[in-house]
Amino acid sequence: MSAQLGPGERADAARLLLKAYETGVPVPPLTATHPGLTVEDAYDVQLRQVAEWTAAGRKIAGHKVGLTSAAIQRQLGVDSPDYGHLFADMFHLDSQPIPAGEFLSPRIEPEIAFVLRKPLTGPGVTVAHVLDAIAYAIASLEIIDSRIEDWKITLPDTIADNASSGGVVLGATPVPLDGLDLRTCGVVLRRNGRIVQTGAGGAVLGSPVNALVWLANTVGALGVTLEAGSVVLPGALTAAVDVGPGDTVTATFAHLGSVTATFAALSEED
Amino acid sequence: MNWDIDTAAAVLLEAERQRQDRGPLTDEWPELDLGTAYRVQKRLIEKKVEAGEKVVGVKLGLTSRAKQERMGITSPLTAVLTDGYVLEADVPIPLAELIHPRVEPEIVFVMGKRLEGPGVTAATALDAVESVHAGLEIIDSRYVDFKFTLPDVVADNASSARFLVGGKALSPKNLDLALEACVLTANGTVVATATGAAVQGHPAEALALAANALAARGEAIEAGQLVLTGGLTDAVFVHAGDQIGAEFTSLGSVFVTAA
Repeated sequence: MSAQLGPGERADAARLLLKAYETGVPVPPLTATHPGLTVEDAYDVQLRQVAEWTAAGRKIAGHKVGLTSAAIQRQLGVDSPDYGHLFADMFHLDSQPIPAGEFLSPRIEPEIAFVLRKPLTGPGVTVAHVLDAIAYAIASLEIIDSRIEDWKITLPDTIADNASSGGVVLGATPVPLDGLDLRTCGVVLRRNGRIVQTGAGGAVLGSPVNALVWLANTVGALGVTLEAGSVVLPGALTAAVDVGPGDTVTATFAHLGSVTATFAALSEED
Repeated sequence: MNWDIDTAAAVLLEAERQRQDRGPLTDEWPELDLGTAYRVQKRLIEKKVEAGEKVVGVKLGLTSRAKQERMGITSPLTAVLTDGYVLEADVPIPLAELIHPRVEPEIVFVMGKRLEGPGVTAATALDAVESVHAGLEIIDSRYVDFKFTLPDVVADNASSARFLVGGKALSPKNLDLALEACVLTANGTVVATATGAAVQGHPAEALALAANALAARGEAIEAGQLVLTGGLTDAVFVHAGDQIGAEFTSLGSVFVTAA
């Protein structure tokens, strides 16, 4: 699929999304306001926002891969994942209050995150390269969010919106991959103490490792290297659950320990 | 029709034998409540035993707390397994004998001790378990489109049709069943994942609740019996030529084809 929109229209779409972050007011689906928006256009819209953010001094800390489960691919009618950019200021601390007001309509999902010890430059990256480049796996929770009204997203909408990124919480225990079977590595997700989802690494393109291969080769084709030290969120092990002020969500993994996201209650002034 | 327990059991057995799905019993017999439904189920199993089948265990259904709350119950429903439901390893699901089969992965217990409520807890239930296995259950409602109320499905022996149990047997002692994961595949593609926590928080919790509920009906789970603890994921439909697999963290894998 090639670009359909002119540069002016793509810049306009990027401005709409940047404004939504600023005002906290979501926008209608871009595929409605900018008919003809293709996947290629959408990545350009994402990169225009990334350029604005880096120019403003924000630091890229890694990437996320989205749309990696059979269920979500069926729901959006796609057969490929997508990716977005993670910035250092999107990382929150395990068990430390997260200001819920930072988000528009946040949802949360458990992931087996990777931290790289070597750079990965695609195309041509295989599972063997990826396994060699991963320093460790670590329990994580991804906060996803949408600048599009009511999550009414199609594939180009979510790609343009930085793959619906919101925030990241990493656990505290790095685990080397040696001998870990990530495909059958289980997770139990609790919200306010109650089990809301369970899943396993196999939900992520068969294994989270596969998502990293896809990411390295996909961004590699655009001339982008995944840097040593960067964090990759390869995709969710379960469906996402809604979160709001006052909620506490804990993901307990086999082998990887647990990680907790706690959202600050709204104060009375709010 | 003049409905009673015998008639209802006979109608459901005939639907199973003729592969003919029907409307819910409760449409025609609104008085069918949960207690009566369990008596229909019992009569249906007695008829199977009269025809030469042997009772081999128990299966638990509706083992998610969220679903129980929606249905207004506080423990899993139970059904009875006979050897007529056993699918041997490497034998395809016999589509010609079933109506609209679906497959779901389960954690299966073999009981080492008799378990009789009331007063059974998850810890005492687990103590009565001899071994834990991977399993696949093939369900096949005798009702059109799997549309039924709680008494309907209980009377229909909880849609039981076939099951198979993996050959690897592990002691429950050192297993973390809440985090024991399952990856369900259809023709090689992952279609769902879950862990044992999807079953009532822990399969032993489901077993304890079921043992206590059975005691209220004057029944126990016997030593040596199998217990299918409940579907870990939503059930997937199977068609001719499909291969369904369930890969577990520690319990090994089970695969089945349909023909």
